[in-house]
Amino acid sequence: MKQVPSKSVSRFSLEKLKNKSEWLIYLVPFAVGVIIFTLYPIINVFLTSFKENFNYMTKEFSGWGLGNYTYVLQDPYFHQALKNTFFYVFIVIPISTCLAVLIATLLNQKIKFSGLFQTAYFLPMVTSTIAVGLAWRFMFNYKSGVFNYFLGLFGIDAINWLQVTTGNFPALCIYGIWAILPFTIILLLSGLQNIDPMYYTAAKVDGAGPIRIFFKITVPLLMPTIFLVMIVNTISCFKVFNELFPLFSGPGVANNLYTAVYYIYYQFRIQIPSRYGYATAAAVILFGIIFVFTMLQRIIEKKLKN
Amino acid sequence: MKNIFKHLTIGRVLTYFFLIIGALIMVFPFYWMITGAFKTSLEIQMFPPQWIPSSFSFDNFKEALEKAPFATYFINSVIAMVSSVTLCTITTILGAFAFSKLNFPGRHIIFGLLLGLMMVPFEMIVITNYRTIIDWGIYNTLLALIIPFTSSIFYMYILKGFFDSIPDSLYQAARVDGCSNWKYLWRVMVPIAKPSLVTIILLNAIASWNSFLWPMLAVVDRELRTLPFGLYAFVSEGGAKTELMMAASTIIVIPMIILFIFARKQIVNGVARGGIKG
Repeated sequence: MKQVPSKSVSRFSLEKLKNKSEWLIYLVPFAVGVIIFTLYPIINVFLTSFKENFNYMTKEFSGWGLGNYTYVLQDPYFHQALKNTFFYVFIVIPISTCLAVLIATLLNQKIKFSGLFQTAYFLPMVTSTIAVGLAWRFMFNYKSGVFNYFLGLFGIDAINWLQVTTGNFPALCIYGIWAILPFTIILLLSGLQNIDPMYYTAAKVDGAGPIRIFFKITVPLLMPTIFLVMIVNTISCFKVFNELFPLFSGPGVANNLYTAVYYIYYQFRIQIPSRYGYATAAAVILFGIIFVFTMLQRIIEKKLKN
Repeated sequence: MKNIFKHLTIGRVLTYFFLIIGALIMVFPFYWMITGAFKTSLEIQMFPPQWIPSSFSFDNFKEALEKAPFATYFINSVIAMVSSVTLCTITTILGAFAFSKLNFPGRHIIFGLLLGLMMVPFEMIVITNYRTIIDWGIYNTLLALIIPFTSSIFYMYILKGFFDSIPDSLYQAARVDGCSNWKYLWRVMVPIAKPSLVTIILLNAIASWNSFLWPMLAVVDRELRTLPFGLYAFVSEGGAKTELMMAASTIIVIPMIILFIFARKQIVNGVARGGIKG
């Protein structure tokens, strides 16, 4: 932007106008993308979810109403999707959080090779779910998988992880826990580093042992961070979807692993013609659940800052 | 640094013991993938499993590249990543500057609204974006993989936070000296914010490289696929052999592993500060 030399009065006011609206130059490139690909889609999904018999191609619909919601809420597949998603959250979150608290506490010690350890623990965060998921599929193999080999060492019978409904869900959870650990450890580690070392010095003066220090000092002081990371992880677990493809090439053996996002994807992409209305209604319901947790997260974040 | 086990050597031994066991478990899937890529069809089905492949020949990689156009997928992934990250970084810098240093009507209200929009799951807006790219006639083109990702509220939010920490007095002084906003942004703010920018670029690049859902929706032609979608199609369409699957997976994972080894601190700091996009 070149400064125009202002000589006459009209030039001057033109310049003033230019200066006044200069912010548009900075804001517009950013805003265009947000409006078209974030704001408009949300409004559109909300509106469409109330349009009955919406035709995806012609964009015609028969009228406004709650038809899509009543259908989705009565659909046994949606029930199953919600049930699976809740169970998944219920299993993955507590286990991954406990493991992450332990690992973060250990990583927070004065240790050698801490860079090497960090690399090992955080690697799953940056690698493709699809590629690594395929390695897990190979590890879960019934006949030649390394998992069943280790179980055999402990005298446990081989489990059919991938082709039987009872093995499916545990396999998904094990993979999910492994994949979510890096992020969880990182947040907890930064929480640990914010704890005042004074507390530890005082505890040591009092002669407290390491286990006592862990439960009486580390865990209580880390509690807000633990809570925060649990909520953030809950939100991401509610969106479990990508993992289904490398592990099971879809929603499990007998469609038993429908998740909320898979249900949306199924209604709008697998169904022909697309059941766009049902997909949007399910998406709004999912958003409602995530909204509640996000509000909780914001409240805790505010308390953490004070 | 606090060290609760300092007075206990047994404690130190246990610390290392558990850390090493845990690290081995975390890394094992990568080890299994990469060694699997070098195994023969016979070795890969062995039980008990073969821990180390008998030879390290690149035959599986060659065969995978012949069976599916992974080289094309790789190029597509690079094109989509470089273009979307470049465009997004520019709009992020401009937007963050506007929200941090410029005064315009409704600035705080708009920023609040954006924070609200940030929590909307990508899986929800994808339904409409799919329709948008069809209406625009860019469905099934590489553009469809780039255009929807030219701006990001999340990265703008992180960068604005950093811009806010640069004192306004610096800005006022520069303005008095006759420095335009534009010059100030690119000559002063951007160089100061370099660490933050690097983090944003890295997180964005990783997310783009690994994205699966959107390419699966936006593209059908074989020669337009990106790596994760191409790999999945390779598996689901042809009933590919495990050792080829592992070779192809290795091709996808290695660039990110190398990136992480060299830029671990920036990536970890970014994640710790802003959480991960998702």
